[in-house]
Amino acid sequence: MSPERKSRIAEFLDRHEKDLLAAWVERQLQSVASRRDLIDEPELREQSRQFLRDLVEALAAGGADDLQGPQWAAVKDRLGSISVARARQGFTPSETATFVFSLKQPLFALLRQHLGSDARAVAEETLDASTLLDRLGLYTTEVYQRGRDEVIVRQQREMLELSTPVVQLWDGVLGLPLIGTLDSARTQVVMESLLQRIVDTGARIAIIDITGVPTVDTLVAQHLLKTVAAARLMGADCIISGIRPQIAQTVVHLGLDLATVVTKATLADAFAVALQRIGLAVVRSAPARA
Amino acid sequence: MAVARTEKLPVQASEDIVRVRQVVRAWAVELSFNLVDQTKIVTAASELARNTVIYGGGGTVELEWLVEGARRGLRLTFADQGPGIADVEQALRDGFTTGTGLGLGLGGARRLSNEFEVRSQPGAGTVVRITRWT
Amino acid sequence: MERIPILKMGPMLLVSIQVDMHDQLALTLQDDLTERIVKTRAHGVLIDISSLEVVDSFIGRMLGNIAAMSRVLDAETVVVGMRPAVAITLVELGMSLSGVRTALNVERAMEMLQAATVDGDGVPTGGTDGGRAD
Repeated sequence: MSPERKSRIAEFLDRHEKDLLAAWVERQLQSVASRRDLIDEPELREQSRQFLRDLVEALAAGGADDLQGPQWAAVKDRLGSISVARARQGFTPSETATFVFSLKQPLFALLRQHLGSDARAVAEETLDASTLLDRLGLYTTEVYQRGRDEVIVRQQREMLELSTPVVQLWDGVLGLPLIGTLDSARTQVVMESLLQRIVDTGARIAIIDITGVPTVDTLVAQHLLKTVAAARLMGADCIISGIRPQIAQTVVHLGLDLATVVTKATLADAFAVALQRIGLAVVRSAPARA
Repeated sequence: MAVARTEKLPVQASEDIVRVRQVVRAWAVELSFNLVDQTKIVTAASELARNTVIYGGGGTVELEWLVEGARRGLRLTFADQGPGIADVEQALRDGFTTGTGLGLGLGGARRLSNEFEVRSQPGAGTVVRITRWT
Repeated sequence: MERIPILKMGPMLLVSIQVDMHDQLALTLQDDLTERIVKTRAHGVLIDISSLEVVDSFIGRMLGNIAAMSRVLDAETVVVGMRPAVAITLVELGMSLSGVRTALNVERAMEMLQAATVDGDGVPTGGTDGGRAD
C-alpha cells in the first residue's frame, strides 16, 4: 500500500470512526452472542474503540504493510493483551481472531457507501484493508498460541515442583530422586527448588539420585554439574547417585569432568557416605527381629 | 518486536555501576522476571558497566523494554568510545580461564543472557548488547 | 567515609554486608578487615552475605582476596548465607571461589571456625597465642 493510500485510508477511518465503531461492535455482539458469558458489552466496546484508535494512528504514521516497525507497536501491544486476556477467559483462537476479522464487513460497507461512485477505488481500498486485517487477525492467533504456551509451561513447572519432591533423608541430608526424562527446562526448575530446600532446611548434603532417569544428555549433565557447584558455593555438598552403566558411558563419551563430584552407584551407598560425612554412624542396638 | 520503553544512563564512574544495578533490577521486577533471571541480568549489567568504566573510559547504557507477542524482554546496550577490544574471541575465552579482568565480565555476561552481541574495534570504541526474555 | 562495620566476638570477626556496595566500599572493607585481623589477632572471620541479592565478579574476587589474606594472617574465613539465585549466577559467571569456605548459616560457620582453631591433638587453642608455634 502506497503512503498516499495509507494516509487516505487513515483519514477515512478517522472521519468515520464513530459509525464504524458502532457497526463493528454490533457485528461482534452478533457473532459472539453465545459467548456473552465470557465478555460483557462495555468491555468489548472499549477494546474495540481502543483498537480502532490505535489502528488509525498506526496508518496515519505510515506503518509498513508487514506490521514491522515502531508505528505498529501500539496496535500489536493492544492485540497482544486482548489476545492474552481472551485466552485466559477461555475463548478459542478463532473467536479471538474474529475480533479483527469482524471489522471487515462494516469497513467494506462503509467504503462502498462513501466511495460508491468510484468502483476502482472501492476495489483497491477493500483489497488493501482486507490484507491488512488478515495480517492483524493472524497476529492475534500467534499471540494466542504463545499465551497458551506460556500457560502450559507454567503449569508444567508447577507439576514438576509437585512431582519431584525433595525428601529429608536425615537431619541435614536431603534426597532428590529424579524420575523420568529430564529436559533442560525441567532440570532447571528442579535444581532451583533443591537449592531453595537446602537453604530452608540448612542441609549439609544433598543426594541427587538419577536411578529413574533413562538418559542424560550434555545439557542435563551440565545443569546437574552447575547445581552441584552452586550448592557447594552455598556451603552444602552434593552426591550424585544411581548412575547406571549407560549414563557412565555417556558421561565419559561426552568428555564431562566429574572429578569434582562425588558419585555413587546407589542411593544407599550415597546415604552411607553422607552419614559418615556429617559424623554419624548406624549402630546395632538390639538383635534384628525375626 | 516492539520497544515499549527506553532509558539511558551514564556509566562514567564506579558509583554509576551501583545505579545501573538498581535501575536494571527495578526494570526486571517490573517485567516480572523470576528471581534467578533478575539476578542474572543485574549481575551481567554490573559486569558490563564495570568494563565500560574501567576499560572503556566511561560511556552509557541504554535500557529497552521489548515486547514480542506475549513475551517481554529487557535489552541493555553498553557503549563507550574507549580503546576497543583487539581480539573479541580471545577476550571471551581469556577471562574464563584467568578469572580476572575484561574477559570474565564479557564471557560471563554472555552466559548470563539469552542474547549477546559485541561490536568492538581497536580505536573505535565498544558496544555490547545483551537481552533477557521472560 | 562510610564503612561496613566489623564486629569482634571473642577470637572472631563478624561482618554483615547489608548494602549494595560500590567498588570503593568493597576495597575499603578488604583493607579494614586485614587491619583488624592483625590488630585483634583474630582466628576467624565470618562474612554474612545473606542480604546480598547480587554478587558479581568484583565482589566475588573481594571475598576470595579476604579469604586468602586472612589465611596468610593465620585466620580462617567463612562466607555465610549465599542465596540460591546468587550461587546459580556465580556458577554461570564462571566464579568458583575455590579458596573460600562457605556455610549455609551462622551456626554451621561457627562450628567450622571452632574446628579450625583446634590444633593437632584436639585441644582447642584459646586466647592469643596459646599453644601455637610462631
